[in-house]
Amino acid sequence: MSRRQPVLPMSTYTLLGALEIGLIFSLVALGVYISFRLLRFPDLTVDGSFPLGGAVAATLIASGTDPFTATIAATAAGAFAGLITGWLNVRLKIMDLLASILMMIALYSINLRIMGKPNVPLIMEPTVFNILQPEVLADYVFRPLLLIFVVLAVKLLLDGFFATQTGLAIRATGSNARMARSQGVNTGLAVLAGMALSNALVGLAGALFAQTQGGADISMGVGTIVIGLAAVIVGESLLPSRKLYLATLAVILGAIVYRFFIALALNSDFIGLQAQDLNLVTALLVTVALVLPRLRQRSIGKKGG
Amino acid sequence: MLNAQDLHLTFNPGTPIETLALRGLSLEIPSGQFVTVIGSNGAGKSTFLNAVSGEQAIDSGKVEIDGIDMTRQPVWARARHVARVFQDPLAGTCEDLTIEENMALAKMRGQRRGFSFAVKQALREEFREQIATLGLGLENRLSDRIGLLSGGQRQAVSLLMAALQPSRLLLLDEHTAALDPRTADFVLKLTARIVAEHKLTTMMVTHSMRQALDVGERTVMLHQGRVVLDVAGKEREGLDVHHLLAMFEKVRGEALDDDALLLS
Ligand SMILES: Nc1ncnc2c1ncn2[C@@H]1O[C@H](COP(=O)(O)OP(=O)(O)OP(=O)(O)O)[C@@H](O)[C@H]1O
Ligand SMILES: [Mg+2]
Repeated sequence: MSRRQPVLPMSTYTLLGALEIGLIFSLVALGVYISFRLLRFPDLTVDGSFPLGGAVAATLIASGTDPFTATIAATAAGAFAGLITGWLNVRLKIMDLLASILMMIALYSINLRIMGKPNVPLIMEPTVFNILQPEVLADYVFRPLLLIFVVLAVKLLLDGFFATQTGLAIRATGSNARMARSQGVNTGLAVLAGMALSNALVGLAGALFAQTQGGADISMGVGTIVIGLAAVIVGESLLPSRKLYLATLAVILGAIVYRFFIALALNSDFIGLQAQDLNLVTALLVTVALVLPRLRQRSIGKKGG
Repeated sequence: MLNAQDLHLTFNPGTPIETLALRGLSLEIPSGQFVTVIGSNGAGKSTFLNAVSGEQAIDSGKVEIDGIDMTRQPVWARARHVARVFQDPLAGTCEDLTIEENMALAKMRGQRRGFSFAVKQALREEFREQIATLGLGLENRLSDRIGLLSGGQRQAVSLLMAALQPSRLLLLDEHTAALDPRTADFVLKLTARIVAEHKLTTMMVTHSMRQALDVGERTVMLHQGRVVLDVAGKEREGLDVHHLLAMFEKVRGEALDDDALLLS
């Protein structure tokens, strides 16, 4: 098709849709930031805990539970999944990456069990979004608004938590476990707590995703970890900082910017991309984002902050 | 204070690279004593310190600190009683955390960590005062990442951190070895000051015979995982570096004789 495009080839509707999904994935990205960056634990559980959150929320809502309880249950389920991955690593001494892969594939079966079928649609059922939605706002406007509120609240809570004695102990564990232990930090416990927190956020994201996208699907988790990592990396190159409150902000922005790029790429007919090219676009984007900071560093000498 | 009884530890037992690192090492240190530890490479000094801190599990023997049997306790549980400064200046601090966050971490060593903010204003003032005594100008850089400091600066801060909590036992494993002579001298003086101020029971491993005799009040030589020399008081005052060197040679020679016996 060679239809002429306006400068911004996206409608407001598409833009808000991208913002909505970007915000949901910023929760995933915050989770990935906690595991990969703060704990230095390469955690692929995410690909299972995201659909786990969706499955728990959708199944509970479909069976008549109120959506708020369902969302909290989904978050707790995510935390539990992270706890098990951590336990496999800390107690059973299974290599971190492998432990998370084991948990990820186990969750595939568990999610199917929870849903009892490959997908649970939410069409007429109440969701946290349509319950809270005021009359005056269109749903596609209200959803991103509510999500902004949720994401900001999560960000501030995380910033606060990681400045507490317990939060500091978790960060120290990821940064220098030997030192942390010698300061009396039970590093095994710190890993468990961090992994639970990380996957709780991912479970929450899954629950919100199912409620905005009309249901949960067994395959909704495929590639979650890559998207989360992409968001973290894009964010870090947009706003490089070691300060935690800036880093969490960067990660959120990264998730949103990433989503806009994807929407832009898919909506620009002149590029000729289609939905199935998404993974390729992601891979390219992550590559660029990985190389960019190094190029920048070379140009301003070795003085990053 | 510290009571290590008959420690045995073999690395890679039953393999060609089997190493008998500790062979019945026993050492008792009364409260408040400053002990320097010497010995050739591979004598088992680091292994011994690791066995005391809990970083290295031992095959048999007993480690008692402050009258409590700690033999089976993990590192973090012993941290209430034991503070350490490592040989590697980068190992004792978290480079991703700020100076004040590192200090806050050490401030809670062995305490229950809760959900109050780790760095409060009152604490920051305390840290500022403490770090000013180093005379390194770090008091205005509390919120800098500690990774930005030099090795010597980080080692000095590590020492300060070791004394933030009234721990019983301070373990120093060649903590000046990676520093240039001037900085090493500074850190050594700082060590003596902090140990005296806080009346810490201290074990300091060093490769410098001079240092071993100048600092502290008792010197122990390890060889092949055992204590082969233990001097204090008058006897130690009469010792000079060449005495120690001679003793070094003597135990080496005996070791050779042992091997010769084995080979014949
Ligand atoms: N983790 C380990 N695995 C296998 N062997 C080890 C290990 N740690 C130490 N050893 C061996 O145990 C012996 C004692 O080592 P240790 O590090 O305690 O010596 P050291 O007295 O500290 O020596 P140095 O003065 O060189 O630091 C050495 O033969 C060493 O090779
Ligand atoms: Mg050593």
